[in-house]
Amino acid sequence: MPLSSLISARDAIRDKRISSVELTREILDVIAQREPQIAAFNSVWADQALEQALAVDQGRRSGALAGVPIALKDNLCTSFGLTTCSSRMLENFRSPYDATVVKKLEAAGAVFVGKTNLDEFAMGSSTENSAFKVTRNPWDTSRVPGGSSGGSAAALAAGMCCAAIGSDTGGSIRQPASLCGLVGLKPTYGRVSRYGLVAFASSLDQIGPFGRTVADAALLLNVIAGHDPKDSTSVPAPVPDYLGELHQPVKNLRIGIAREYDLAAGVDPQVHAAVEAAKKKYQELGAELVDVSLPHTEYGIAAYYIIAPCEASSNLARYDGVHYGHRTKHAVKDIIDLVSRSRAEAFGPEVQRRIMIGTYALSHGYYNKFYVQAQRIRALIKKDFDEAFTKCDVILSPTSPTPAFKAGEKTADPLQMYLCDVFTVTCNIAGIAGISIPCGFTTGEKPLPIGLQLLGPAFSEERLLRIARMYEAATDWHKRRA
Amino acid sequence: MSTGKLTLDDVQKVARLARLALDDATLQRLTGELEAILGSVEKISQADVSGVEPMAHALPLHNVFREDIVTPSLPLEKVLQNAPESDGPFFKVPKILGADED
Repeated sequence: MPLSSLISARDAIRDKRISSVELTREILDVIAQREPQIAAFNSVWADQALEQALAVDQGRRSGALAGVPIALKDNLCTSFGLTTCSSRMLENFRSPYDATVVKKLEAAGAVFVGKTNLDEFAMGSSTENSAFKVTRNPWDTSRVPGGSSGGSAAALAAGMCCAAIGSDTGGSIRQPASLCGLVGLKPTYGRVSRYGLVAFASSLDQIGPFGRTVADAALLLNVIAGHDPKDSTSVPAPVPDYLGELHQPVKNLRIGIAREYDLAAGVDPQVHAAVEAAKKKYQELGAELVDVSLPHTEYGIAAYYIIAPCEASSNLARYDGVHYGHRTKHAVKDIIDLVSRSRAEAFGPEVQRRIMIGTYALSHGYYNKFYVQAQRIRALIKKDFDEAFTKCDVILSPTSPTPAFKAGEKTADPLQMYLCDVFTVTCNIAGIAGISIPCGFTTGEKPLPIGLQLLGPAFSEERLLRIARMYEAATDWHKRRA
Repeated sequence: MSTGKLTLDDVQKVARLARLALDDATLQRLTGELEAILGSVEKISQADVSGVEPMAHALPLHNVFREDIVTPSLPLEKVLQNAPESDGPFFKVPKILGADED
Protein backbone atom coordinates (compact mmCIF):
# COMPACT_ATOMS: atom_id res chain seq x y z
CA MET A 1 0.00 0.00 0.00
CA PRO A 2 1.85 3.08 -1.25
CA LEU A 3 0.16 5.52 1.12
CA SER A 4 1.48 3.94 4.30
CA SER A 5 4.60 6.13 4.29
CA LEU A 6 6.71 8.46 2.19
CA ILE A 7 9.45 5.85 1.89
CA SER A 8 7.07 3.09 0.79
CA ALA A 9 5.50 5.47 -1.76
CA ARG A 10 8.92 6.40 -3.10
CA ASP A 11 9.96 2.74 -3.30
CA ALA A 12 6.71 1.76 -5.04
CA ILE A 13 7.37 4.40 -7.71
CA ARG A 14 11.01 3.43 -8.01
CA ASP A 15 10.10 -0.25 -8.45
CA LYS A 16 7.34 0.69 -10.94
CA ARG A 17 4.61 -0.88 -8.81
CA ILE A 18 2.75 2.40 -9.25
CA SER A 19 3.42 5.39 -11.46
CA SER A 20 3.81 8.85 -9.99
CA VAL A 21 0.79 10.00 -12.01
CA GLU A 22 -1.32 7.16 -10.54
CA LEU A 23 -0.21 7.96 -7.01
CA THR A 24 -0.74 11.69 -7.53
CA ARG A 25 -4.25 11.00 -8.85
CA GLU A 26 -4.98 8.85 -5.80
CA ILE A 27 -3.85 11.68 -3.55
CA LEU A 28 -5.92 14.23 -5.51
CA ASP A 29 -8.93 11.90 -5.08
CA VAL A 30 -8.38 11.83 -1.32
CA ILE A 31 -8.17 15.63 -1.37
CA ALA A 32 -11.46 15.81 -3.32
CA GLN A 33 -13.10 13.56 -0.71
CA ARG A 34 -11.69 14.93 2.54
CA GLU A 35 -10.70 18.54 1.95
CA PRO A 36 -14.30 19.86 2.28
CA GLN A 37 -14.35 18.64 5.91
CA ILE A 38 -10.68 19.23 6.82
CA ALA A 39 -9.86 22.52 5.03
CA ALA A 40 -6.11 21.93 5.16
CA PHE A 41 -5.13 23.64 1.89
CA ASN A 42 -4.96 27.26 0.83
CA SER A 43 -4.31 26.10 -2.72
CA VAL A 44 -4.30 22.73 -4.48
CA TRP A 45 -2.11 22.48 -7.56
CA ALA A 46 -3.72 19.53 -9.35
CA ASP A 47 -2.53 20.37 -12.87
CA GLN A 48 1.02 21.27 -11.94
CA ALA A 49 1.26 18.20 -9.66
CA LEU A 50 0.21 15.90 -12.51
CA GLU A 51 2.73 17.57 -14.84
CA GLN A 52 5.51 17.11 -12.28
CA ALA A 53 4.43 13.49 -11.79
CA LEU A 54 4.37 12.82 -15.53
CA ALA A 55 7.89 14.22 -15.84
CA VAL A 56 9.04 11.64 -13.26
CA ASP A 57 7.23 8.81 -15.05
CA GLN A 58 8.82 9.85 -18.34
CA GLY A 59 12.27 9.91 -16.78
CA ARG A 60 12.71 13.68 -17.09
CA ARG A 61 12.90 14.11 -13.29
CA SER A 62 14.58 11.94 -10.69
CA GLY A 63 16.00 12.12 -7.18
CA ALA A 64 15.52 10.95 -3.62
CA LEU A 65 11.84 11.98 -3.62
CA ALA A 66 11.07 11.19 -7.26
CA GLY A 67 7.33 11.26 -7.83
CA VAL A 68 6.04 11.51 -4.27
CA PRO A 69 3.28 14.04 -3.57
CA ILE A 70 4.07 16.41 -0.72
CA ALA A 71 2.47 19.58 0.66
CA LEU A 72 4.15 22.88 1.53
CA LYS A 73 3.20 25.26 4.30
CA ASP A 74 1.92 28.47 2.75
CA ASN A 75 4.69 30.62 4.25
CA LEU A 76 7.30 29.08 1.94
CA CYS A 77 7.90 31.20 -1.14
CA THR A 78 7.12 29.46 -4.41
CA SER A 79 7.49 31.05 -7.83
CA PHE A 80 4.43 29.03 -8.81
CA GLY A 81 1.01 30.02 -7.40
CA LEU A 82 0.43 32.18 -4.35
CA THR A 83 2.31 32.58 -1.07
CA THR A 84 -0.29 33.96 1.34
CA CYS A 85 0.87 33.19 4.92
CA SER A 86 -2.90 32.85 5.48
CA SER A 87 -3.03 36.64 5.70
CA ARG A 88 -5.19 39.21 3.92
CA MET A 89 -1.93 41.13 3.62
CA LEU A 90 -0.52 38.58 1.15
CA GLU A 91 -3.81 37.26 -0.23
CA ASN A 92 -2.67 37.87 -3.84
CA PHE A 93 1.11 37.69 -3.35
CA ARG A 94 3.10 35.92 -6.05
CA SER A 95 6.65 35.31 -4.95
CA PRO A 96 9.25 36.22 -7.55
CA TYR A 97 11.47 33.35 -6.38
CA ASP A 98 11.48 29.92 -4.72
CA ALA A 99 12.60 29.23 -1.16
CA THR A 100 15.83 27.21 -1.07
CA VAL A 101 13.95 24.33 0.56
CA VAL A 102 11.41 24.37 -2.28
CA LYS A 103 14.22 24.29 -4.84
CA LYS A 104 15.87 21.36 -3.08
CA LEU A 105 12.61 19.40 -2.92
CA GLU A 106 11.95 20.16 -6.57
CA ALA A 107 15.47 19.03 -7.50
CA ALA A 108 14.86 15.79 -5.54
CA GLY A 109 11.87 15.02 -7.78
CA ALA A 110 9.05 15.81 -5.34
CA VAL A 111 5.53 16.52 -6.60
CA PHE A 112 3.89 19.55 -4.96
CA VAL A 113 0.16 18.99 -4.38
CA GLY A 114 -0.45 22.40 -2.86
CA LYS A 115 0.10 24.82 -0.03
CA THR A 116 -1.34 24.41 3.40
CA ASN A 117 -3.16 26.63 5.84
CA LEU A 118 -1.46 28.13 8.91
CA ASP A 119 -2.03 30.61 11.68
CA GLU A 120 -1.54 34.01 10.03
CA PHE A 121 2.23 34.54 9.61
CA ALA A 122 2.70 31.35 11.70
CA MET A 123 1.50 33.10 14.87
CA GLY A 124 -0.63 30.66 16.82
CA SER A 125 -1.07 27.13 18.13
CA SER A 126 -4.35 26.04 16.53
CA THR A 127 -4.42 27.35 12.90
CA GLU A 128 -7.55 29.28 13.95
CA ASN A 129 -5.68 32.55 13.34
CA SER A 130 -5.79 31.94 9.58
CA ALA A 131 -7.56 34.75 7.74
CA PHE A 132 -9.09 32.23 5.34
CA LYS A 133 -10.35 29.07 6.99
CA VAL A 134 -10.38 26.92 10.11
CA THR A 135 -8.54 23.64 9.52
CA ARG A 136 -9.99 20.61 11.29
CA ASN A 137 -8.24 17.72 12.98
CA PRO A 138 -8.78 14.56 10.89
CA TRP A 139 -9.08 12.47 14.09
CA ASP A 140 -12.05 14.55 15.25
CA THR A 141 -13.24 17.39 13.05
CA SER A 142 -14.69 19.32 16.00
CA ARG A 143 -11.09 19.81 17.13
CA VAL A 144 -8.09 21.84 15.96
CA PRO A 145 -5.06 20.26 14.29
CA GLY A 146 -2.68 22.40 16.34
CA GLY A 147 -0.54 25.12 14.83
CA SER A 148 0.85 27.00 13.33
CA SER A 149 1.61 24.32 10.69
CA GLY A 150 -1.87 22.84 11.24
CA GLY A 151 -2.68 22.61 7.54
CA SER A 152 0.43 20.55 6.80
CA ALA A 153 -0.27 18.22 9.74
CA ALA A 154 -3.97 17.80 8.92
CA ALA A 155 -3.25 17.21 5.22
CA LEU A 156 -0.79 14.44 6.03
CA ALA A 157 -2.91 12.85 8.77
CA ALA A 158 -5.86 12.76 6.34
CA GLY A 159 -3.78 11.12 3.59
CA MET A 160 -3.93 14.20 1.33
CA CYS A 161 -0.13 14.00 0.77
CA CYS A 162 2.69 11.55 1.55
CA ALA A 163 4.67 14.06 3.64
CA ALA A 164 4.64 17.76 4.36
CA ILE A 165 6.90 20.67 5.17
CA GLY A 166 6.26 23.10 8.01
CA SER A 167 8.08 25.73 10.02
CA ASP A 168 8.65 25.82 13.77
CA THR A 169 9.24 29.04 15.73
CA GLY A 170 8.01 27.90 19.15
CA GLY A 171 6.56 24.45 18.46
CA SER A 172 4.72 24.97 15.17
CA ILE A 173 5.84 21.62 13.72
CA ARG A 174 6.06 19.49 16.87
CA GLN A 175 2.74 20.51 18.43
CA PRO A 176 0.54 19.88 15.33
CA ALA A 177 2.47 16.63 14.73
CA SER A 178 1.55 15.64 18.29
CA LEU A 179 -2.11 16.60 17.90
CA CYS A 180 -2.42 14.81 14.54
CA GLY A 181 -0.49 11.60 15.34
CA LEU A 182 2.56 12.31 13.16
CA VAL A 183 6.32 12.61 13.35
CA GLY A 184 7.43 16.25 13.29
CA LEU A 185 11.03 17.43 13.44
CA LYS A 186 12.34 20.88 14.39
CA PRO A 187 15.94 20.85 13.16
CA THR A 188 18.75 22.74 14.88
CA TYR A 189 18.79 26.47 14.16
CA GLY A 190 21.04 26.77 11.10
CA ARG A 191 20.59 23.18 9.87
CA VAL A 192 18.09 24.14 7.14
CA SER A 193 18.18 27.32 5.05
CA ARG A 194 15.47 29.83 5.89
CA TYR A 195 15.87 31.65 2.56
CA GLY A 196 12.35 32.15 1.20
CA LEU A 197 10.61 31.31 4.47
CA VAL A 198 8.47 34.36 5.20
CA ALA A 199 10.12 35.72 8.35
CA PHE A 200 8.27 35.69 11.68
CA ALA A 201 10.98 35.59 14.38
CA SER A 202 14.29 35.20 12.62
CA SER A 203 16.36 33.95 15.57
CA LEU A 204 13.82 31.18 16.27
CA ASP A 205 12.33 30.16 12.88
CA GLN A 206 13.36 26.86 11.36
CA ILE A 207 11.90 24.77 8.52
CA GLY A 208 11.32 21.06 9.10
CA PRO A 209 9.51 17.93 7.96
CA PHE A 210 6.31 16.10 8.87
CA GLY A 211 6.27 12.37 8.18
CA ARG A 212 4.20 9.36 9.11
CA THR A 213 7.37 7.67 10.33
CA VAL A 214 10.76 8.70 11.67
CA ALA A 215 12.35 7.40 8.47
CA ASP A 216 10.12 9.71 6.42
CA ALA A 217 11.30 12.69 8.45
CA ALA A 218 14.92 11.53 8.06
CA LEU A 219 14.56 11.25 4.28
CA LEU A 220 13.11 14.76 4.04
CA LEU A 221 15.84 16.16 6.26
CA ASN A 222 18.43 14.56 3.96
CA VAL A 223 16.95 16.60 1.12
CA ILE A 224 16.40 19.98 2.81
CA ALA A 225 19.39 20.26 5.18
CA GLY A 226 22.61 22.05 4.38
CA HIS A 227 24.39 25.35 4.08
CA ASP A 228 22.98 28.02 1.78
CA PRO A 229 24.95 31.14 0.86
CA LYS A 230 21.59 32.95 0.73
CA ASP A 231 21.01 32.34 4.46
CA SER A 232 24.00 33.54 6.50
CA THR A 233 22.62 31.79 9.57
CA SER A 234 22.68 28.39 7.86
CA VAL A 235 25.68 26.47 9.10
CA PRO A 236 28.30 24.94 6.78
CA ALA A 237 28.36 21.66 8.71
CA PRO A 238 28.35 18.44 6.67
CA VAL A 239 24.96 16.77 6.20
CA PRO A 240 25.13 13.12 7.24
CA ASP A 241 22.84 10.50 5.68
CA TYR A 242 20.10 10.56 8.31
CA LEU A 243 18.70 7.30 6.96
CA GLY A 244 22.04 5.51 6.98
CA GLU A 245 22.24 4.29 10.57
CA LEU A 246 18.63 5.10 11.45
CA HIS A 247 17.66 1.55 12.37
CA GLN A 248 20.71 1.00 14.61
CA PRO A 249 19.66 1.38 18.26
CA VAL A 250 21.73 3.79 20.34
CA LYS A 251 23.74 1.89 22.95
CA ASN A 252 24.07 3.10 26.54
CA LEU A 253 21.23 5.51 25.90
CA ARG A 254 20.62 8.02 28.68
CA ILE A 255 17.24 9.73 28.65
CA GLY A 256 16.96 12.93 30.64
CA ILE A 257 13.84 13.60 32.67
CA ALA A 258 13.68 17.24 33.70
CA ARG A 259 12.21 17.66 37.15
CA GLU A 260 10.84 21.08 36.14
CA TYR A 261 8.71 19.41 33.45
CA ASP A 262 7.09 17.18 36.06
CA LEU A 263 5.96 20.28 37.88
CA ALA A 264 4.41 21.88 34.80
CA ALA A 265 0.78 22.63 35.50
CA GLY A 266 -2.09 21.66 33.25
CA VAL A 267 -0.80 18.37 31.84
CA ASP A 268 -3.76 16.20 30.90
CA PRO A 269 -3.78 12.92 32.92
CA GLN A 270 -3.96 10.78 29.77
CA VAL A 271 -1.00 12.64 28.27
CA HIS A 272 0.89 12.14 31.52
CA ALA A 273 0.10 8.40 31.55
CA ALA A 274 1.16 7.93 27.91
CA VAL A 275 4.47 9.71 28.52
CA GLU A 276 5.11 7.64 31.66
CA ALA A 277 4.48 4.49 29.61
CA ALA A 278 6.94 5.74 26.96
CA LYS A 279 9.62 6.16 29.64
CA LYS A 280 9.05 2.53 30.69
CA LYS A 281 9.25 1.43 27.06
CA TYR A 282 12.63 3.13 26.69
CA GLN A 283 13.81 1.41 29.89
CA GLU A 284 12.71 -1.94 28.44
CA LEU A 285 14.80 -1.03 25.39
CA GLY A 286 17.82 -0.67 27.65
CA ALA A 287 17.83 3.06 28.24
CA GLU A 288 18.70 4.59 31.56
CA LEU A 289 16.47 7.38 32.86
CA VAL A 290 18.51 10.24 34.29
CA ASP A 291 17.24 13.11 36.42
CA VAL A 292 18.26 16.46 34.97
CA SER A 293 17.39 20.02 35.82
CA LEU A 294 16.40 22.87 33.50
CA PRO A 295 16.02 25.52 36.19
CA HIS A 296 14.95 28.37 33.87
CA THR A 297 12.07 26.46 32.27
CA GLU A 298 9.58 28.59 34.18
CA TYR A 299 10.77 31.66 32.26
CA GLY A 300 10.59 29.98 28.84
CA ILE A 301 7.09 31.04 27.80
CA ALA A 302 7.61 34.61 29.03
CA ALA A 303 10.96 34.98 27.27
CA TYR A 304 9.49 33.50 24.09
CA TYR A 305 6.47 35.81 24.13
CA ILE A 306 8.86 38.78 24.31
CA ILE A 307 11.54 37.68 21.83
CA ALA A 308 9.14 36.40 19.17
CA PRO A 309 6.87 39.49 19.12
CA CYS A 310 9.89 41.85 19.17
CA GLU A 311 11.37 40.15 16.12
CA ALA A 312 7.93 39.95 14.50
CA SER A 313 7.28 43.66 14.94
CA SER A 314 10.56 44.35 13.19
CA ASN A 315 10.14 41.71 10.45
CA LEU A 316 6.56 42.69 9.68
CA ALA A 317 7.50 46.36 9.29
CA ARG A 318 8.15 45.48 5.63
CA TYR A 319 4.39 45.26 4.94
CA ASP A 320 3.82 48.86 3.97
CA GLY A 321 1.17 48.74 1.26
CA VAL A 322 3.78 50.03 -1.18
CA HIS A 323 6.12 47.28 -2.35
CA TYR A 324 3.72 44.34 -2.16
CA GLY A 325 0.74 43.22 -0.17
CA HIS A 326 -2.53 44.91 0.67
CA ARG A 327 -3.00 48.63 0.09
CA THR A 328 -5.97 50.49 1.54
CA LYS A 329 -8.66 51.77 -0.82
CA HIS A 330 -9.47 54.50 1.67
CA ALA A 331 -8.55 58.12 0.82
CA VAL A 332 -5.28 58.91 2.61
CA LYS A 333 -3.69 62.19 3.63
CA ASP A 334 -0.06 61.08 3.35
CA ILE A 335 2.29 58.12 3.19
CA ILE A 336 2.14 57.36 6.94
CA ASP A 337 -1.63 57.27 6.73
CA LEU A 338 -1.45 54.92 3.76
CA VAL A 339 0.91 52.54 5.55
CA SER A 340 -1.01 52.62 8.82
CA ARG A 341 -4.43 52.05 7.26
CA SER A 342 -3.15 49.28 4.98
CA ARG A 343 -1.63 47.43 7.94
CA ALA A 344 -4.66 47.88 10.20
CA GLU A 345 -6.97 46.56 7.47
CA ALA A 346 -4.94 43.52 6.45
CA PHE A 347 -3.34 42.12 9.63
CA GLY A 348 -5.60 39.92 11.77
CA PRO A 349 -6.06 40.33 15.53
CA GLU A 350 -3.25 38.00 16.70
CA VAL A 351 -0.70 39.53 14.32
CA GLN A 352 -1.68 43.03 15.45
CA ARG A 353 -1.45 41.92 19.07
CA ARG A 354 2.08 40.58 18.60
CA ILE A 355 3.24 43.63 16.65
CA MET A 356 1.91 45.80 19.47
CA ILE A 357 3.61 43.73 22.20
CA GLY A 358 6.87 43.75 20.24
CA THR A 359 6.72 47.47 19.52
CA TYR A 360 6.00 48.19 23.18
CA ALA A 361 8.78 45.92 24.44
CA LEU A 362 11.29 47.52 22.06
CA SER A 363 10.25 51.10 22.77
CA HIS A 364 12.29 53.64 24.70
CA GLY A 365 12.26 52.91 28.41
CA TYR A 366 11.15 49.28 28.07
CA TYR A 367 13.86 47.81 25.84
CA ASN A 368 16.13 46.80 28.72
CA LYS A 369 13.33 45.61 30.94
CA PHE A 370 11.82 43.30 28.32
CA TYR A 371 13.97 42.63 25.26
CA VAL A 372 17.45 42.65 26.80
CA GLN A 373 16.25 40.77 29.87
CA ALA A 374 14.66 38.11 27.63
CA GLN A 375 17.97 37.75 25.74
CA ARG A 376 19.71 37.14 29.07
CA ILE A 377 17.12 34.48 29.90
CA ARG A 378 17.87 32.95 26.51
CA ALA A 379 21.52 32.59 27.51
CA LEU A 380 20.45 30.92 30.77
CA ILE A 381 18.08 28.52 29.02
CA LYS A 382 20.83 27.56 26.57
CA LYS A 383 23.19 26.98 29.49
CA ASP A 384 20.57 24.81 31.21
CA PHE A 385 20.43 22.57 28.14
CA ASP A 386 24.22 22.50 27.70
CA GLU A 387 24.59 21.27 31.27
CA ALA A 388 21.74 18.76 31.03
CA PHE A 389 23.21 17.26 27.84
CA THR A 390 26.43 16.44 29.67
CA LYS A 391 24.32 13.92 31.64
CA CYS A 392 21.97 12.61 28.96
CA ASP A 393 21.55 12.12 25.20
CA VAL A 394 18.01 13.46 24.91
CA ILE A 395 15.40 15.04 27.16
CA LEU A 396 11.97 13.43 27.13
CA SER A 397 8.65 15.21 27.80
CA PRO A 398 5.15 15.53 26.43
CA THR A 399 5.07 17.65 23.26
CA SER A 400 1.81 19.34 24.18
CA PRO A 401 0.21 19.39 27.65
CA THR A 402 -3.11 18.31 26.14
CA PRO A 403 -4.45 16.38 23.17
CA ALA A 404 -6.23 18.33 20.41
CA PHE A 405 -8.68 20.83 21.90
CA LYS A 406 -12.03 21.94 20.50
CA ALA A 407 -12.12 24.65 17.85
CA GLY A 408 -13.01 27.91 19.60
CA GLU A 409 -12.02 26.63 23.05
CA LYS A 410 -9.01 28.92 23.50
CA THR A 411 -9.59 31.72 21.01
CA ALA A 412 -11.04 34.15 23.56
CA ASP A 413 -7.95 34.15 25.78
CA PRO A 414 -4.57 34.66 24.04
CA LEU A 415 -2.65 33.78 27.21
CA GLN A 416 -4.33 30.36 27.45
CA MET A 417 -3.32 29.68 23.86
CA TYR A 418 0.29 30.70 24.60
CA LEU A 419 0.50 28.08 27.38
CA CYS A 420 0.11 25.31 24.76
CA ASP A 421 3.77 25.95 23.98
CA VAL A 422 5.21 25.29 27.44
CA PHE A 423 7.27 22.22 26.42
CA THR A 424 8.24 23.39 22.93
CA VAL A 425 9.48 27.01 23.07
CA THR A 426 12.75 26.47 24.94
CA CYS A 427 14.04 24.29 22.07
CA ASN A 428 13.75 27.28 19.72
CA ILE A 429 15.14 29.71 22.27
CA ALA A 430 18.24 27.52 22.69
CA GLY A 431 18.42 26.69 18.96
CA ILE A 432 18.59 22.92 19.59
CA ALA A 433 16.87 20.02 17.80
CA GLY A 434 13.50 18.53 18.77
CA ILE A 435 11.16 15.85 17.52
CA SER A 436 7.61 14.79 18.30
CA ILE A 437 6.56 11.17 17.75
CA PRO A 438 3.24 9.42 18.43
CA CYS A 439 3.16 7.75 21.87
CA GLY A 440 -0.47 6.87 22.49
CA PHE A 441 -4.11 7.77 22.17
CA THR A 442 -6.78 9.04 24.51
CA THR A 443 -9.64 6.73 25.36
CA GLY A 444 -13.12 7.61 24.20
CA GLU A 445 -15.33 7.44 21.16
CA LYS A 446 -12.89 9.44 19.04
CA PRO A 447 -9.40 8.61 20.30
CA LEU A 448 -6.96 11.49 19.95
CA PRO A 449 -3.22 11.11 19.35
CA ILE A 450 -0.68 11.96 22.05
CA GLY A 451 2.85 13.07 21.20
CA LEU A 452 6.19 12.46 22.87
CA GLN A 453 8.88 15.11 22.56
CA LEU A 454 12.59 14.32 22.49
CA LEU A 455 15.06 17.21 22.59
CA GLY A 456 18.68 16.76 21.59
CA PRO A 457 21.74 19.01 21.44
CA ALA A 458 22.45 21.25 18.45
CA PHE A 459 23.26 19.22 15.31
CA SER A 460 22.38 15.92 17.00
CA GLU A 461 19.63 15.07 14.47
CA GLU A 462 21.25 11.83 13.37
CA ARG A 463 21.23 10.48 16.93
CA LEU A 464 17.89 12.06 17.82
CA LEU A 465 16.20 10.35 14.87
CA ARG A 466 17.76 7.00 15.80
CA ILE A 467 16.52 7.35 19.38
CA ALA A 468 13.03 8.22 18.13
CA ARG A 469 13.16 5.25 15.75
CA MET A 470 13.99 2.87 18.64
CA TYR A 471 10.67 3.74 20.26
CA GLU A 472 8.76 3.69 16.99
CA ALA A 473 10.11 0.24 16.11
CA ALA A 474 8.83 -1.09 19.44
CA THR A 475 5.34 0.44 19.17
CA ASP A 476 2.41 0.61 16.73
CA TRP A 477 1.03 4.09 17.40
CA HIS A 478 2.32 5.46 14.10
CA LYS A 479 0.41 2.81 12.15
CA ARG A 480 -3.05 4.09 13.12
CA ARG A 481 -4.86 6.17 10.54
CA ALA A 482 -7.27 9.04 10.96
CA MET B 1 4.54 56.26 28.32
CA SER B 2 3.67 55.86 31.96
CA THR B 3 5.52 53.23 33.94
CA GLY B 4 2.55 51.86 35.88
CA LYS B 5 -0.69 50.51 34.51
CA LEU B 6 -1.06 50.55 30.74
CA THR B 7 -3.38 53.34 29.58
CA LEU B 8 -5.36 53.86 26.40
CA ASP B 9 -2.96 56.71 25.60
CA ASP B 10 0.03 54.35 25.88
CA VAL B 11 -1.59 51.86 23.53
CA GLN B 12 -2.47 54.65 21.09
CA LYS B 13 1.15 55.75 21.05
CA VAL B 14 2.40 52.18 20.47
CA ALA B 15 -0.09 51.77 17.62
CA ARG B 16 1.25 54.95 16.04
CA LEU B 17 4.84 53.66 16.34
CA ALA B 18 3.75 50.31 14.88
CA ARG B 19 1.99 52.07 11.98
CA LEU B 20 -1.37 50.54 12.77
CA ALA B 21 -4.38 52.85 12.30
CA LEU B 22 -6.60 51.06 14.80
CA ASP B 23 -10.11 52.19 15.71
CA ASP B 24 -11.10 53.08 19.27
CA ALA B 25 -12.82 49.77 19.99
CA THR B 26 -9.70 47.83 18.95
CA LEU B 27 -7.45 50.08 21.02
CA GLN B 28 -9.73 49.54 24.03
CA ARG B 29 -9.62 45.76 23.60
CA LEU B 30 -5.85 45.77 23.13
CA THR B 31 -5.34 47.83 26.28
CA GLY B 32 -6.81 45.00 28.35
CA GLU B 33 -5.07 42.23 26.39
CA LEU B 34 -1.65 43.89 26.44
CA GLU B 35 -2.01 44.62 30.14
CA ALA B 36 -2.61 40.90 30.78
CA ILE B 37 0.14 39.65 28.46
CA LEU B 38 2.76 42.15 29.60
CA GLY B 39 1.83 41.45 33.21
CA SER B 40 2.46 37.77 32.57
CA VAL B 41 5.75 38.08 30.68
CA GLU B 42 7.05 40.55 33.27
CA LYS B 43 7.83 37.39 35.23
CA ILE B 44 11.24 37.39 33.54
CA SER B 45 12.33 40.29 35.76
CA GLN B 46 12.38 37.84 38.70
CA ALA B 47 15.22 35.80 37.20
CA ASP B 48 18.72 36.38 38.52
CA VAL B 49 20.70 37.43 35.46
CA SER B 50 23.69 38.97 37.18
CA GLY B 51 26.77 38.50 35.02
CA VAL B 52 24.77 37.01 32.12
CA GLU B 53 25.40 38.48 28.68
CA PRO B 54 22.33 38.89 26.44
CA MET B 55 22.23 36.31 23.63
CA ALA B 56 20.61 37.41 20.35
CA HIS B 57 20.62 33.94 18.80
CA ALA B 58 21.94 30.50 19.62
CA LEU B 59 24.68 30.22 16.99
CA PRO B 60 28.32 31.01 17.65
CA LEU B 61 28.29 33.08 14.43
CA HIS B 62 29.27 36.69 14.08
CA ASN B 63 29.68 38.45 10.77
CA VAL B 64 29.50 36.22 7.72
CA PHE B 65 31.33 37.60 4.71
CA ARG B 66 31.32 36.69 1.04
CA GLU B 67 33.34 37.82 -1.93
CA ASP B 68 32.18 41.18 -3.25
CA ILE B 69 31.01 39.90 -6.61
CA VAL B 70 28.09 41.28 -8.58
CA THR B 71 25.44 38.64 -9.21
CA PRO B 72 22.22 39.07 -11.20
CA SER B 73 19.33 40.76 -9.42
CA LEU B 74 15.67 39.97 -9.92
CA PRO B 75 14.35 41.40 -13.19
CA LEU B 76 12.42 44.66 -12.75
CA GLU B 77 9.06 43.21 -13.79
CA LYS B 78 9.39 40.52 -11.10
CA VAL B 79 10.27 43.11 -8.49
CA LEU B 80 7.24 45.22 -9.39
CA GLN B 81 4.78 42.39 -10.07
CA ASN B 82 3.19 42.63 -6.61
CA ALA B 83 3.28 46.41 -6.28
CA PRO B 84 -0.16 47.87 -5.54
CA GLU B 85 0.78 50.78 -7.79
CA SER B 86 3.81 51.38 -9.99
CA ASP B 87 4.92 53.80 -12.67
CA GLY B 88 7.58 52.61 -15.07
CA PRO B 89 10.51 51.41 -12.96
CA PHE B 90 9.12 53.00 -9.76
CA PHE B 91 6.87 52.07 -6.85
CA LYS B 92 4.21 54.77 -6.67
CA VAL B 93 3.15 56.37 -3.36
CA PRO B 94 1.19 59.44 -2.30
CA LYS B 95 3.20 62.56 -1.51
CA ILE B 96 5.78 62.05 1.23
CA LEU B 97 6.92 65.63 1.95
CA GLY B 98 4.90 67.20 4.71
CA ALA B 99 3.94 63.90 6.32
CA ASP B 100 4.09 64.11 10.10
CA GLU B 101 7.27 62.84 11.67
CA ASP B 102 7.27 60.68 14.80
